[in-house]
Amino acid sequence: MPLLELKNLSVAYRLQKGYLMAVDQVSMEVNEGEVLGIAGESGCGKSTVALSVLRILPKSARVTGAVAFGGEDVLTMGDERVRAYRWKHVALVPQGSMNAFDPVISVGAQIVEAIRLHESAGKEEAWRRARELFGLVGIPKERVTNYPHELSGGMKQRAAIAMALSLSPKLVILDEPTTALDVVVQKQILSLLARLQRELGVSFMFITHDLSVLAEVATRVAVMYAGKLVEVGPADVMFRSPSHPYTQALMRAIPNVHGDISQVKSILGTPPDLTSLPKGCRFSPRCPHSFGRCTVEEPRLLPSTTGSMAACHLVGG
Amino acid sequence: MEQGGGGRPLVEVRNLSVGFSASMGFFKKRTVSAIDDLSLAAWEGESLGVVGESGSGKTTLARVLVKLLRPHSGEVLFKGEDVLTQTRKEERVYRRKVQMVFQDPYESLNPRSTVWDAVEEPLLIHHVAGDRHSRGEMVERLVAMVGLDPGAVKHKYPHQLSGGERQRVSIARALAVSPDLLIADEPVSMLDVSMRIGILDLMLELKRKLGLTLIFITHDLGVARYFCDRIAVMYQGKLMEVARTEELLERPLHPYTKLLLDSVPVPGGAGPAPPEAVDADPRPAPAGCKFSPRCPYARDRCRGSAPDLTEVSRSRYAACYYPLTS
Repeated sequence: MPLLELKNLSVAYRLQKGYLMAVDQVSMEVNEGEVLGIAGESGCGKSTVALSVLRILPKSARVTGAVAFGGEDVLTMGDERVRAYRWKHVALVPQGSMNAFDPVISVGAQIVEAIRLHESAGKEEAWRRARELFGLVGIPKERVTNYPHELSGGMKQRAAIAMALSLSPKLVILDEPTTALDVVVQKQILSLLARLQRELGVSFMFITHDLSVLAEVATRVAVMYAGKLVEVGPADVMFRSPSHPYTQALMRAIPNVHGDISQVKSILGTPPDLTSLPKGCRFSPRCPHSFGRCTVEEPRLLPSTTGSMAACHLVGG
Repeated sequence: MEQGGGGRPLVEVRNLSVGFSASMGFFKKRTVSAIDDLSLAAWEGESLGVVGESGSGKTTLARVLVKLLRPHSGEVLFKGEDVLTQTRKEERVYRRKVQMVFQDPYESLNPRSTVWDAVEEPLLIHHVAGDRHSRGEMVERLVAMVGLDPGAVKHKYPHQLSGGERQRVSIARALAVSPDLLIADEPVSMLDVSMRIGILDLMLELKRKLGLTLIFITHDLGVARYFCDRIAVMYQGKLMEVARTEELLERPLHPYTKLLLDSVPVPGGAGPAPPEAVDADPRPAPAGCKFSPRCPYARDRCRGSAPDLTEVSRSRYAACYYPLTS
């Protein structure tokens, strides 16, 4: 049984007139001990997926489909149960969380607060755990009493990860955890995540707009476009031989420091307006391989020849 | 001062230093140096990349070049002439010849101006096109030149455009006054991945067509590789290495360049982070090499005095006592 399972999840936000489908019929799972990377451009629905898993969507959002964690239905949990589920089972490192620490309280005290809110740990016990967590994420333990401004950007991001791990959750959702960081620090955070996954067996859902970051840590990669899951598969398959034209185009749009650069190509056009989606496949107006069927019929997610699942008429049957 | 370039320098800084005053507690003040004794030239017709992490001084350099900031000391030369002692009239011409494209197209355009007004504004300020009619023609031509459809976008406001389209409008504004030098500060880092190459291709095409010289400020070595003829690597206000792009990436001489390169994610699983000496105190010894506290190859000499940028091998320049040779 997968740790987390999304089945035909759809999320619509209410607008002044009508609804905006931010996530449309998405099914995916996160298995125990794996790192699932979700990549896509702004507006593709990747953050909305995270919010649904944690049940922190705005009240106006209309959610259909199912989210199951360890077999338990998340969407129908009562308030009391949700409070126990968040942090203890699934924790979030939100985008920009490294800058969300309270500036007038030491970082350690903020972690202690999180621990004591959820568990009946004594003060001393909680501080001992905060120090341990600092060690775990590679910050010298004695810095647990530092205030946020006394830590570097990389250390603050490590502390945010430590805080998410404070109640030993099974799944940690990271929303753009390296986006604001310099490359060197980014690399350090990526190898930290790989180590935590190895040592603790914790699962990660890693959300990013930058596919190349996922190359380092993800065991599986899901690519979203305009609210739809367009391709998902093992990371090596996705990076070596992606099947969906959008995944292929995204890979080609990133100039790398090594290898052939003559293949780098831009994707024409812009992502569609979610309130007026094109008919058929949503990528078809920008797709170099688009043909008649693509503009009438929405493709279903089907196994590709390379071992991924892709929603494309050229890939499936 | 050739530093691997060739031809004539269009713009050049010599021994440039810029400091900001920072308050240290209530009464104490100290000067934090943002650029420290930097000498660098952009050659006519080239695209020069300035690469570095946050705090390296790369944006400060751009601000000095467009005269938004006065340096503490040093010289800035444009076509061989001193920029810092210009008369107001000369400065007006200079501000036309050197244009800048900013990082955030969501912030750098006036939300109340249509695309038309935004592109017309520099023409009015610099009295470029005389009457209304010829101005109108110029606006249309500029908008078309950056790959937008004038009929479709000219009456739109920034919020009705995508990030990529906004950045195109910023570029049209910069080109309106026919500059010689275009300075782009992280022009694609705020854009979605699928838009980036389109903007870079546009700038490369314009460079070819108009004979522009480009200074391209970025933290992304992959983007710099795609875009730049030469790359200058900065660290904490110092120039660490400068070389032709392919040479720099294939055979970095400075340990810092190598650290940057080794940090770029590559498919195939997260290896350990590249070697880096981590001192308890990340502040460099005041006299030593700025990178020495993090440098895995640092020796006593590196902590004692800072190396100058020197020619290590033919047209390869690095500021390091122990450059990485083969």
